[in-house]
Amino acid sequence: MTEMSKIDAGALLADVTRFLWQEADLLDACAYDDWLDLWTEDGMYIMPIGEGEDYANQLNLCYDNAKMRRDRIGRFQAGFSISSAPPAVTVRTVSRIVIDKAEGDLITVRAAEHLIEDKFGRQRSWAGNVRYVLKATDEGFKLHQKVIRLLNSDGMLNSFSYLF
Amino acid sequence: MSLDMPKFSDLDALYDEENAKVATEMYEDPDLFAEEMEKVFKRTWVFVAHESEFPDKGSFKLSHVGLEPVIVVRDRKGVIHVMVNRCRHRAATVCEVKKGKTASFQCPYHGWGYGLDGSLRALPYPEQYGDDFNKEQHGLLKLRTESYQGMVFATFNDDIEPLTDFLGAEVCRYIDLFMKQGGGFPVKVLGEHQFTVPMNWKVQLENTTDAYHFPVVHKSFLQSLDGATNEMFDFLDKGRGWVEDLGNGHSVMMMIPELEDLEANLDDPIPARFEELAQELRDEGYPEDQVRRIVRAVGGAGFNLNLFPNVSFSLAFFRVLTPVSVEQTDIRHMALGMEGGPQAANQMRMRLHEHFQGPMGFGSPDDAEVWERVQRGTKGGEQLPILVNRGLVDEEPGTAGPRGHISAETGMRAAYKMWKRMMA
Repeated sequence: MTEMSKIDAGALLADVTRFLWQEADLLDACAYDDWLDLWTEDGMYIMPIGEGEDYANQLNLCYDNAKMRRDRIGRFQAGFSISSAPPAVTVRTVSRIVIDKAEGDLITVRAAEHLIEDKFGRQRSWAGNVRYVLKATDEGFKLHQKVIRLLNSDGMLNSFSYLF
Repeated sequence: MSLDMPKFSDLDALYDEENAKVATEMYEDPDLFAEEMEKVFKRTWVFVAHESEFPDKGSFKLSHVGLEPVIVVRDRKGVIHVMVNRCRHRAATVCEVKKGKTASFQCPYHGWGYGLDGSLRALPYPEQYGDDFNKEQHGLLKLRTESYQGMVFATFNDDIEPLTDFLGAEVCRYIDLFMKQGGGFPVKVLGEHQFTVPMNWKVQLENTTDAYHFPVVHKSFLQSLDGATNEMFDFLDKGRGWVEDLGNGHSVMMMIPELEDLEANLDDPIPARFEELAQELRDEGYPEDQVRRIVRAVGGAGFNLNLFPNVSFSLAFFRVLTPVSVEQTDIRHMALGMEGGPQAANQMRMRLHEHFQGPMGFGSPDDAEVWERVQRGTKGGEQLPILVNRGLVDEEPGTAGPRGHISAETGMRAAYKMWKRMMA
């Protein structure tokens, strides 16, 4: 961040925040086709278990390339998955946004995500640290990597019918 | 509760064996649950861990035997001990690290220190207990522990038969077959998915031997597969598989008979979805026969072997249930791989596991949903039985016990028969 002026840094944070909030809004609205469009083709959506960072060589909750993301959304949308027809309803906030690094067209961002789900009138709450790698393109930011580390990811969770 | 005076003396009403009907209380009576924890989980062999989860001297992992929290640990000589995670002084847990390596366990409250074998080694200011204080009588409460093929079981019951007798020859044969998915390497636990579900533990016990639900609950998973793999999972329509009662509550559900023995027919064509992996292994210099063996093993075995009361060897992973309360059960799906095997093969196994299993899988969330729906449904129609009679009409004698159609509820009947025997 040292090479950026305070004004540039403030403008970047505002742009990044707007993008992350837009993404959060799409996920709460289950606007999954629009969400898929936010990604780079070689982007990875990952929910690891525990602290490890060698995602390819460890067991994760999910480790999605473009095909797995499309299949996952297809499963949500086809109407044959009882857990996602209907899914739990979610309300989330993304906050405590920190820009770690901006080099070339890649921006590394950390944030906190709080999510409450409701199904059968039973509410559950989840929290996670999220690390994004955004790619600046002519069409605006794209998601290039998103790593969601849930609290207690290596402990007992529930099953999820939505995305973090 | 006194075990001499069972409250549930009418076991025939709880499980009507002749008609294979289960009473609704079986899923929702807290007193019955308490009795099950005593009469089933404290009196039989319960699976606690796989040896690869604590491979070294001093390695340990936390687990449960029924409701009781236990530590599973390997001592300096490599001997495995399972002991209750409770200080003998004032009951504090002596370990809250899920998994790790240590030289001893020390109670955080007053500093009582225990060896890896559970023996009380030292305590601060012992003088105030007097001269006749016997440290040997104050070790951690230990369970009888035995292993088969790396599967560690423990029991509070000192009088029970040896583990391999409890399993029986057919179960051991199926375990041996299941472990062939190491592809020539030892089977290793690569990680686990964990989720808790608002359901009675027996809903889970039933499910691991329930092929009938697969095309319904897992339609969305099946749709995400390529044609040949989808075809392979079409085991209900093909109807060539079977479910067999293997005695002592255990059963096997043979879904894909051609994958019963992963070392048979290795000359068969490699399925398209494994072709890329096969080429990668060839490029790494593995000889063709080993490539075929590894690639065959990557997809897992063709059956679920269900052991009463808490573990299933399920196609390619271990499924472990831990009862929490009458309406809550913890589930672990342990991913398996090849110890020292090719990285590409282990990566593929983990990706296949992530695809179906766990909180974000394409399969488990739908399972969890229907299990919860069972628990919710039992709130109504208390007098209605739960039916596990499917396939009674055309059951035939198998090798070890009755054998039914692949979609038969033979395995559930095996489990409930054992349940009834243990609750008597």
